[in-house]
Amino acid sequence: MNSRIWQRRLMLTLLLAPALLWLLSLIVLPHLQLAILSLRERIAPHVYEPSLAQYRTFFAEPLYWQVFVRTAFISVAATALTLLVAFPIAWVITKVARARASALLFVVCLIPFWVSETVRALGWLILLRQTGVLPALLVKLGLAAVPPELLYHDATILTGLVYTSLLFMVVPLVNSLESLDNSLVEAAYDLGAGGWAILRKIVIPHAAPGITAGCIVVFMLTLGNYLTPNLLGGKNSQWFTELIYSQFIVRFNWEQGAAFGFLLLGLSTAIVAVGLRLSGQRFVDVMRRS
Amino acid sequence: MIASLPRPLWLRAATALYVGAFLIFLFVPLVTVAVFAFNDANYPAPPWHGFTLDWFVADGTKGRVGLFHDAEVLSSLWTSLVVAVWVTALSLLVGSANAFLMERYRFPGKQALSVLMLTPLVIPGVILGISILSLSSRVAELADDLFGWDLDFLRPGLPLVVFGQFSYIATIATLMISARLKRFDQTLEEAALNLGASHAAVLRTITFPYLRPALIGCSAISFLMSFENFNTTLMLVGSDSPLTIMMYGRMREGASPVLNAVSLFLMLASAGLALTLLRGSSRASRPSQPAAT
Repeated sequence: MNSRIWQRRLMLTLLLAPALLWLLSLIVLPHLQLAILSLRERIAPHVYEPSLAQYRTFFAEPLYWQVFVRTAFISVAATALTLLVAFPIAWVITKVARARASALLFVVCLIPFWVSETVRALGWLILLRQTGVLPALLVKLGLAAVPPELLYHDATILTGLVYTSLLFMVVPLVNSLESLDNSLVEAAYDLGAGGWAILRKIVIPHAAPGITAGCIVVFMLTLGNYLTPNLLGGKNSQWFTELIYSQFIVRFNWEQGAAFGFLLLGLSTAIVAVGLRLSGQRFVDVMRRS
Repeated sequence: MIASLPRPLWLRAATALYVGAFLIFLFVPLVTVAVFAFNDANYPAPPWHGFTLDWFVADGTKGRVGLFHDAEVLSSLWTSLVVAVWVTALSLLVGSANAFLMERYRFPGKQALSVLMLTPLVIPGVILGISILSLSSRVAELADDLFGWDLDFLRPGLPLVVFGQFSYIATIATLMISARLKRFDQTLEEAALNLGASHAAVLRTITFPYLRPALIGCSAISFLMSFENFNTTLMLVGSDSPLTIMMYGRMREGASPVLNAVSLFLMLASAGLALTLLRGSSRASRPSQPAAT
């Protein structure tokens, strides 16, 4: 009997080891080191001193916090827009289309997201740039005299971000709408409720967990995106991850980059917390769902 | 409005239009990429100059280098494959260990550990990258100062890329394998043990075959996510660029149709993978999905 307990203890230790090794060496310790970096200042070559200088620079330099605020706003807008675009599709998949068509539509929605984001960005580049497909089409249709430059606008960045995020909204929405009992909608209709009232009083409350999960994931991914804003926005993109990249890799000012990293992480965590609080859900459940 | 309720004609028409527009929005960028892989021009832009396979097969004699003769493309493809194989293997191993740990054992701190295991999904990829970069260079510095060791694998390069991608793909592997293990009927194992099977035999003949669909699905998704990862990789990459980084670099210089050819190749490969997986999992369970990058 005793040996079985020991055997179980040994197995537990063996199974704990990889988990702890993974989480400590790749998640916990790296972030501690990043925190230390962000909280020090270089006063001479190889001489550092604890200070809040990196965070002070962020608030003192308008460019930095403006880019931060801008990134946050565009991410919120992209999340809202993704929800608006994805919701009708999720509704069609779960409630309107017949079984076969619905399964087909769902799979068709998933397929583009098996392709790398780089490829999708390349597609938008070829479509939108001044020598691209869409400007040429506009000229041909007589809608523009000269090919307009469609890249490098905020609207372009927004389009690209919504495109990249759709899947992460459609899947949780479909999952939560699937469990909505059709008879509830029918009952409301029979009792004289209009489409708007049904949406507001029945559908949205029921789908709230899915909506929250989708919004949280999309917001986080958008905030942390680098590729899409950078390629579609060019020099005008002013995305916060680009500042982190340039501090770390281009200017080799790791202290400043680390502080920026923590600010981004803080914003992302704060929004997730607010989202969870508003919808009264637990983090673990939301992540499992999405 | 749902299918069982009367829907006015305008609503039906609007629904159909919306779905149509949505599908066009989804597929136009991909179709464009694919079409311009065959355009007989040096730049992936309209107008159409006629059909060519140059961007796949040209060997440089006409001033064009196709996908199959472009050394940089081929080597970055190979780099991506190597990285993805390592990440997949590590994620499967650690993910399976975690699944057994979380589903079969009780220990103090389990709740905290399960939350910690999910955190990699909420940390932006760029930050995973820079944090691992700063820790590894700190460790490399220390090893050099204290012992005079030159730990090359801790400098930006492929080992760090593997670790960076693994750091969050392991979470996804854990979730996928746990989900299947949770539904496993443990009395099957007990019955086998009662009938005299050894633990190893039970694992091999009962538990592993049961987990196999999850392990296969999980390998495919880990592989794909590693192959497509950009954010984390960008921060950790050294001189050998994986495919996404190489493509990004070329796209900034102004794309050549070789990139379209590579993209088409990638699309076909991942569509094939996705369809096989969907077909496999529609028998077993729900379709799988790629998760956050």
